[in-house]
Amino acid sequence: MRKKTIAISINEKNCKRCGYCIEFCPAKVYGAAKDGLPLVNELDKCTSCGFCELRCPDFAITLEVIASE
Amino acid sequence: MTYKYTDYLKTEAQPYMWCPGCGDGIVVRALAEALAELQLPPHQVVIATGIGCWGKADDYFATHAFHGTHGRALAFATGIKIGNPELHVIVLMGDGDAVTIGGNHFIHSARRNIDLTAVVVNNYNYGMTGGQYSATSPLTARTTTSPRGVPEPGFDVCALAETSGANFVARTTAYHVLQIKKYIMQAIQKKGFSLVEVMSPCPTHFGRRNFAGGPLAMMKYLKERAVPKSRFDKMTDQEKIDHIATGIFVDKERPDFLKVYRELNPINQLADQGGGNK
Amino acid sequence: MSRPKGMQLLQGNEACAWGAIDAGARFFAGYPITPSSEIAEVCARELPEYGGVYIQMEDEIASMAAIIGASLSGQKTFTATSGPGFSLMQENLGVGIYQEVPCVIVNVQRVGPSTGLATRPAQADVMQSRWGTHGDHSIIVLSPASVKEMYYLTVRAFNLAEKYRTPVILLSDEVIGHLRENIALPEPGTIEIINRKRPQGDPKKYLPYKPDEDGIPPMASYGDEYIVHASSSCHDETGCSNSKPDTNNKLLNRLRAKIYNNIEDIVQVEYFGPADADITIIAFGATSRVCKQAIVEAEKEGIKINLLRLITIWPFADEQVQKVLEKAKAVIVPEMNQGQVLGEVQRVNRTNTPVYQVSRTDGELFTTAEILAKIREVAI
Repeated sequence: MRKKTIAISINEKNCKRCGYCIEFCPAKVYGAAKDGLPLVNELDKCTSCGFCELRCPDFAITLEVIASE
Repeated sequence: MTYKYTDYLKTEAQPYMWCPGCGDGIVVRALAEALAELQLPPHQVVIATGIGCWGKADDYFATHAFHGTHGRALAFATGIKIGNPELHVIVLMGDGDAVTIGGNHFIHSARRNIDLTAVVVNNYNYGMTGGQYSATSPLTARTTTSPRGVPEPGFDVCALAETSGANFVARTTAYHVLQIKKYIMQAIQKKGFSLVEVMSPCPTHFGRRNFAGGPLAMMKYLKERAVPKSRFDKMTDQEKIDHIATGIFVDKERPDFLKVYRELNPINQLADQGGGNK
Repeated sequence: MSRPKGMQLLQGNEACAWGAIDAGARFFAGYPITPSSEIAEVCARELPEYGGVYIQMEDEIASMAAIIGASLSGQKTFTATSGPGFSLMQENLGVGIYQEVPCVIVNVQRVGPSTGLATRPAQADVMQSRWGTHGDHSIIVLSPASVKEMYYLTVRAFNLAEKYRTPVILLSDEVIGHLRENIALPEPGTIEIINRKRPQGDPKKYLPYKPDEDGIPPMASYGDEYIVHASSSCHDETGCSNSKPDTNNKLLNRLRAKIYNNIEDIVQVEYFGPADADITIIAFGATSRVCKQAIVEAEKEGIKINLLRLITIWPFADEQVQKVLEKAKAVIVPEMNQGQVLGEVQRVNRTNTPVYQVSRTDGELFTTAEILAKIREVAI
């Protein structure tokens, strides 16, 4: 099975806590902090589909595939 | 030079002014990605907007930009395009700007088939001014100026464009992020009047007043109720009220305004004589 | 190719269109309206010959918008209309002023208000041309009184628009628009043409609304590497919207100074008749022609009277009018309206000089007899 090293960073200043990334991630990677900020809870499940980046209305998510074997 | 989507945006202006959960930022992303995939030089692109939340997008692009009066973006854009036909002119309008106050310019721009790309973000109300109803608000919807329900049905924006003669007409929603980018790319590349309508959540106003279940409710509605047109066409009238037809409705090659104009009015050798602004 | 050669009998509206073309206009967007439609018709026929475009927009709102758009893309642009269309243009005229977009709007005045009398002259849009669009603003308005001036003042309108980065209104009337007079158009290349200042230097440093010392920002076009952001909202030097305190104060003051610091360059008047006359008529447009005739006839009766003709209506010729009021024993202001320039004359009347109104609002040009009658009345 392909193993990817993925880095997800959340720009807390831009994030408006709308919840779309958490709700619509197909792999359920995100959980929510108390104020709604997305937390990367299950990075292992991430398939780097990139939808969270595109769904975010505020350019607050950066997803990088660092390595792929 | 390879352009990235960030080359088209003023990242220093982020976070943008839109409410949490507003679809406008999603469309900005899709538009910037489309421009990058087409590798259009930013100085050959003009973003022309009108009034409203989506109309604020002119402040957020690093391309040329224009912000005009309510409903008239297409008319300004017509001049911008004819003034320099090399430009890619992309007109951003909400449902108020495009088909309420702007209705007349909308149908004439499509009829005239002026080579513009219109990206209409339709959130079913006037969000910026506090959630009053617009010409796309559905019958009986609750808005701040229809506390007992909107007494008029809303326009089918795509049907208006299609009937008026637009070369490219497509609809999707703020949920369908890949489709937004794909349709915008096709619209930009298409000569003549191209429309991409994006149904979008307004969590603060229309969404809050018409969908139970919190800020995510309207986006969920768009996700669940969007169906391809072929499926929509087979639905009953009642089902149609509760669903949104998406897809490409028109994709044709009628010659655009300037092409026809030049065929009828060929430039003769006087063209390099005097005047002008070179 | 149909540019009139040699001495020709041209209609005022025709001469206006040729003035625009010779000034470099290559884009006309308009909606036909009597008594201005001939301007559109000449443009439709001639502009493509010069590589330009004539487009008939769906209404005057769109026409005003389109000429702003095309100017921002680097073209010299204009439109032509009359009262009802001029009213529709007001909102977007404000855009042109606020965004500092050179363009020319020809209003061939007809009887109003509302539909009025489409084919008959009036001079009742004077105040509207100054204040028709909402908010604080300045504007340049020129008033032709002959076919020759329909040509030359149109050229001047474009030059002022380019120089000061502003819309300029050519306020004509149905008489002057439809009048036919002899005119020999100047040889191409012999008239002075002014073009907008362009930016220089590093495009990355360009701020579209940063003024030079003269208060006027150099103007790039859409398509240049100098990025242009034109906004109808209150904006700062970047062109982006800015609602912070003092932004609009600064912006409005600069826009006003652009016009009012340049009064000497912008304001033009004509003096006609004996300089030592006791009575002065202040008039403009078609009315001034009748007044000139009346002055000639009055002299035969031994009444000395002269005329101050306003060629520029706005900004108002405060200084010249004030001097007239100081010198004259009486001033007569005939207008085809209920008194609009009249109010401005009274505004600058520091000497309490008697000012007499003569009004006609029925779509008929004043007769020489009418003006003479007033002259005789005042001269006693």
